[in-house]
Amino acid sequence: MATAELTNPADALEDFRKEAADWLAENFPKSLVGKENVLATVEGEAKADPDAKAWKKAMGDKGWGTPTWPKAYGGGGLSFKEARVLQEEMGKIGAWNPIGGMGVMMLGPTLLEFASEEQKQRHIPPICRGEIRWCQGYSEPGAGSDLASLQTKCEDKGDHYLINGQKTWTSGGQWADWCFALVRTDTTKKHEGISFILLDMKTPGVEVKPIRMISGSSPFCETFFTDVKVPKENLVGELGQGWTIGKRLLQHERTNLSGGGSMSRGQGPSLSDIAKHYVGVDSEGRIADSELRTKIIKHEMEAKSFQLTARRVMAESKGGNISLASSILKNVGARITQERAELTLEMMGMNGLGWEGDGFNTAELGATRGWLWGKAVSIYGGTTEIQNNVVAKRILGMLDHQ
Amino acid sequence: MAVLNEEQTMLRDMAREWSKNESPVSAFRKVRDAGEAIGFDPAAFAAQAEMGWTGVIIPEAYGGSDFGYLSLGLVLEETGRTLTASPLGTTALAATSALLLGGSEDQKQAWLPKIASGEVIAALAVDEGPRHDPTQIAAKADKSGDGWTLSGEKAFVAEGDSAHLFVVAAQTGDGVGLFLVPGDASGVTRKPRKMVDARSHAAVSFDGVKLGADALIGPADGADLLDQVLDRARAGTAAEMLGLSVQAFEDTLAYLKTREQFGEILSRFQALQHRMAHQFTQIELMRSAVEGALEAIDAGRDDIAQLASLAKATACDTLHLVSREMIQLHGGIGMTDEHHAGFYIKRARILENAWGNASFHRERYARLRGY
Repeated sequence: MATAELTNPADALEDFRKEAADWLAENFPKSLVGKENVLATVEGEAKADPDAKAWKKAMGDKGWGTPTWPKAYGGGGLSFKEARVLQEEMGKIGAWNPIGGMGVMMLGPTLLEFASEEQKQRHIPPICRGEIRWCQGYSEPGAGSDLASLQTKCEDKGDHYLINGQKTWTSGGQWADWCFALVRTDTTKKHEGISFILLDMKTPGVEVKPIRMISGSSPFCETFFTDVKVPKENLVGELGQGWTIGKRLLQHERTNLSGGGSMSRGQGPSLSDIAKHYVGVDSEGRIADSELRTKIIKHEMEAKSFQLTARRVMAESKGGNISLASSILKNVGARITQERAELTLEMMGMNGLGWEGDGFNTAELGATRGWLWGKAVSIYGGTTEIQNNVVAKRILGMLDHQ
Repeated sequence: MAVLNEEQTMLRDMAREWSKNESPVSAFRKVRDAGEAIGFDPAAFAAQAEMGWTGVIIPEAYGGSDFGYLSLGLVLEETGRTLTASPLGTTALAATSALLLGGSEDQKQAWLPKIASGEVIAALAVDEGPRHDPTQIAAKADKSGDGWTLSGEKAFVAEGDSAHLFVVAAQTGDGVGLFLVPGDASGVTRKPRKMVDARSHAAVSFDGVKLGADALIGPADGADLLDQVLDRARAGTAAEMLGLSVQAFEDTLAYLKTREQFGEILSRFQALQHRMAHQFTQIELMRSAVEGALEAIDAGRDDIAQLASLAKATACDTLHLVSREMIQLHGGIGMTDEHHAGFYIKRARILENAWGNASFHRERYARLRGY
């Protein structure tokens, strides 16, 4: 590489660093350090803190909440290197990104790839400004792992589409303004009969019912569509192209979920500390229950191998190869997350099964809820069984099963 | 697969080609059928030495290439794939590590060039019973005059039948020390043992062997040195086990893609697909653990002991699983001597026992982590 090419961008990057630092110093309210609320992008701010509102508006107007998206649609228009500099500068002063949610993580990148110019102009800028919360209408009661069997009907009524059917596992459906959904526009073909459509959740005929989970929280909804009229301009891509578009969007989702590593990194006290506290130690200082000790150590060693694998996958993909090992991360991450939760519960005994109220400390109540919530990890984003199918077919080249 | 540099890639490719073309499983079958106590083909070992594989971790000053443990691990993985019968791992990795870590300049000068050239085969003689336990060493080295008199019985010494040099662990009075004992020294006798893998695991007796003062490697209280040497042997063994696992798995997969029952190719059955996906997953985890340990050794990191135990325990569990599945998924043909599945499961169990099985290393990992 020529020296000139090497120095000029580096100088430009340093110029940008200064620009970013100056702008952040001027716009990020110091009162917000450490007050990041990741749920705000889904649920909306609990109470309107004027500083938080101002910060969101500043970032939204600047486009830096979606730093690498094109300026023409309200993004920051930054290069990936500049975006990293921006992130570094934000980190230095404890600033955080107030723009997020499914619009940013999944829909935006998909619209940039597949939507018409009018659709981009209309839908992307509000995502960049964090004004519209999006939810995902994919799964149905009869279409989980076999998503392409979805039945929600979308009929062409000349000047509009008419939608009837039911979606489920709609994350944040009760707070969402708009929904991107997969619907059936042709019943004679499976995959080619699916289309990708955008709809306003306030349209008459849309009804949302939160689902109470075994962990007690209700992050998902059932969403019912009864004669919902949707303007024709809301169809993204061609009729029947929905499966292609929808799968592309799922790639964005799995990129975000593939942090199997983060799930299992295990914040808080080590399993050893928990075991010694609840189970006690023998005369040599070992966890008193030898069978439990063996189970814990097996788990810890698998977690370590997993960590080394995650690191290997990163190193290998930097070398420009697609790492085959990446295909195992979701399943192993799920296994480790769930095993850790089960072991924690086992150690805490009845104290690890408290539901709420007095008599249990925060860690104990957290263990209960985390254990229950963790059962989702091997189900969402492709179940363990689906991931095994993917490994068998795509990597091992085994044929379609019966 | 770890990210390799150019030298490592060349070495790996060379080892892969050689194993495939010059040392396929049929070569091991010949060694097995010949039934010689040394348990390998001297011509094959000479070829390995010729290619420089016996000097991969030895510094250039002593006739090696100084490519490091990960590099040698790549070779052992590739030769392990085809069950190559060779003392390479024992002499060029395990015993060599004792000299590299604890040897004096004179000791290195005396032995490393000969190990690097393949002229000398060195073996590590530690265990005295059927289960690995470096804390239970009864062999004794008594000070006598300027030197030592060494006596004791070592069990299951890998390559004990061919070794020109033994690295022997013995009690010195101050602790456990490591001694260099020439194979032709007076008082050294070897008894071959016939084992399932048809390789050499000799019982070696040392009966009042007279040694000079320069026979001691490192300190007379050398338990730490022994531990470090063993960790390198464990990581190297795990690399060989990775090769066995990968090949056993690939052969099983290939078989499932050709065998038909009920009018279907077996690989269409989902019950079998998920078993293969599970093994694939475990092998990927194993690779990370094995390469992680070898890289830690090359980098001189302080978590070598933990990672060596992680690598060996993971290798034991995974190869155990894969070697059992190989037989089961091949069905009756896998039970015949004509097929090679039996060779893999036999060698697998020997390697699982070598330098500590899975339980040994889980316990060690637990202690190192304060559990």
